[in-house]
Amino acid sequence: MESTIVKAENYNSYFGDNHVVKDVNISINKNEVIAVMGPSGCGKTTFLRGINRMHELIPNATSKGKILLDGENVYDMNAIYVRSKIGMVFQRPNPFPNLSIYENVVAGYLLNGIKISKADKDVIVEKSLTSAALWKEVKDSLHKKGTFLSGGQQQRLCIARAIAMQPELILFDEPTSALDPISTSSVEALFHELKANYTLIIVTHNMQQAARVSDRTAFFYMGELVEFDDTKQMFTNPADQRTQNYITGRFS
Amino acid sequence: MELNIRLRNTKSAIFKGIIVFFAFLITVPLIVVLGYIIKQGIFQVNWHFLTSVPAPVGETGGGIINALVGSFIMVMVAAVVAIPVGMAAGIYLSENPRSKLAYYSGLCVDILQGVPSIVVGIVVYFWIVKPLGTFSSLSGSAALAIMMLPIVIRSTEQTLKMLPDSLKEAALSLGVPYHRVILKVIVPCGFAGILSGIMLSIARVIGETAPLLFTAFGNPYLSYSLTKPMESLPHLIFTYATSPYDDWHNLAWGASFILLMFVLVLNIFTKVLTRKWKVQL
Repeated sequence: MESTIVKAENYNSYFGDNHVVKDVNISINKNEVIAVMGPSGCGKTTFLRGINRMHELIPNATSKGKILLDGENVYDMNAIYVRSKIGMVFQRPNPFPNLSIYENVVAGYLLNGIKISKADKDVIVEKSLTSAALWKEVKDSLHKKGTFLSGGQQQRLCIARAIAMQPELILFDEPTSALDPISTSSVEALFHELKANYTLIIVTHNMQQAARVSDRTAFFYMGELVEFDDTKQMFTNPADQRTQNYITGRFS
Repeated sequence: MELNIRLRNTKSAIFKGIIVFFAFLITVPLIVVLGYIIKQGIFQVNWHFLTSVPAPVGETGGGIINALVGSFIMVMVAAVVAIPVGMAAGIYLSENPRSKLAYYSGLCVDILQGVPSIVVGIVVYFWIVKPLGTFSSLSGSAALAIMMLPIVIRSTEQTLKMLPDSLKEAALSLGVPYHRVILKVIVPCGFAGILSGIMLSIARVIGETAPLLFTAFGNPYLSYSLTKPMESLPHLIFTYATSPYDDWHNLAWGASFILLMFVLVLNIFTKVLTRKWKVQL
């Protein structure tokens, strides 16, 4: 029996009066790669940001319903605790420009004022950068600023930064949409390796990407979760007409 | 057609000529003023000038140590108050641009910036000098701090507003609490801009005379006391330049030269530091 790590129960999000995520129920297992796809404005990113409570940081944004992380509702927990348990990688690479590559990886510890020894930091940095497939490229320039890296390297640095906090779950918000094709494939290749230790939820509006990287795919349309199934099944034989229309390119 | 294009090119050339001419023209008054002050002032400056108090009428020599020390103390005290308060207000304004409080305090900052410095002086006179019953350097610092505030607030606000939201999100998504996001990420990333605002505000108030006329008042002797009248460079220049004695005029020229050099160095220093510390986004 696969164990559930995240479960949404009747989850709704709003911007003011605008109902953007409607009554979503979804259950995600440990060590799965989930792609969340759908046309622009379908609520996929908003849903993702609801999971680690980033949604509520926007003025006027509210939500209803439950998101259970390991059986516990994140909305009953301290938001800061939730965010430290769930990693997030954003659309545009956003390494801290005032910190070196090394410091960026351990930023979660540095900025939170968590004291760890230099030896521990060295271990975390090497392990995280190795997991993010960046160690070989940067091991000789760890003390240079992270912003000197290429876009794809910066994004992998951001992944390393998320991994360093040892989260169980990592959220990706269109992680390759600002990257060139080569960087994109390097990040996509990484998803397969990360799967062994983490659960990944990847928002993308690139269908091919969803098909390439995920085990299961969720299709959002107009704020609703239309269909959630095995990726193969979804792309070959979707159950819902709207999914069919989307993957055959009737709208995008 | 050919003619038309030639005409257009000529017009462009004339336009370019005009802007180059005016860009050059505005440097002329600056250079003339600078040159004149340097010419008049540079020969007054020597070790004795920098380390002794002004000589009484009839005696030769004398210096401006009382004004140097006074200006330094008053600006430092003003900065110690204005910088943290101004930065805090600037952070609030950039973080909550749409709140009512931000609207009204932003308005107040704009108005404060437009208040003539002599009016600030009068207000401080009634608030501090009169109740205490004496002119004091502390009241001078208070007036200068009020003058510094809007510059520090606006430069902090503008600098922080330019930082992308993604930076804040990156920190928040790591579970960093809000106050640490501001203090450890946002402020350090905008540090160069905030610093340049602080330096400019110091350069701005160090030359202010009007608010000091009836607050710090002036003092021909060296004083370190916050509760007694204190001399300052601009006030010394004002007093000695309006006197009828040639010796005193020379003293004023020397002091003008020092003040000018200080502002010049501060500006250059700011430019160098901002470039050096600018965070590459």
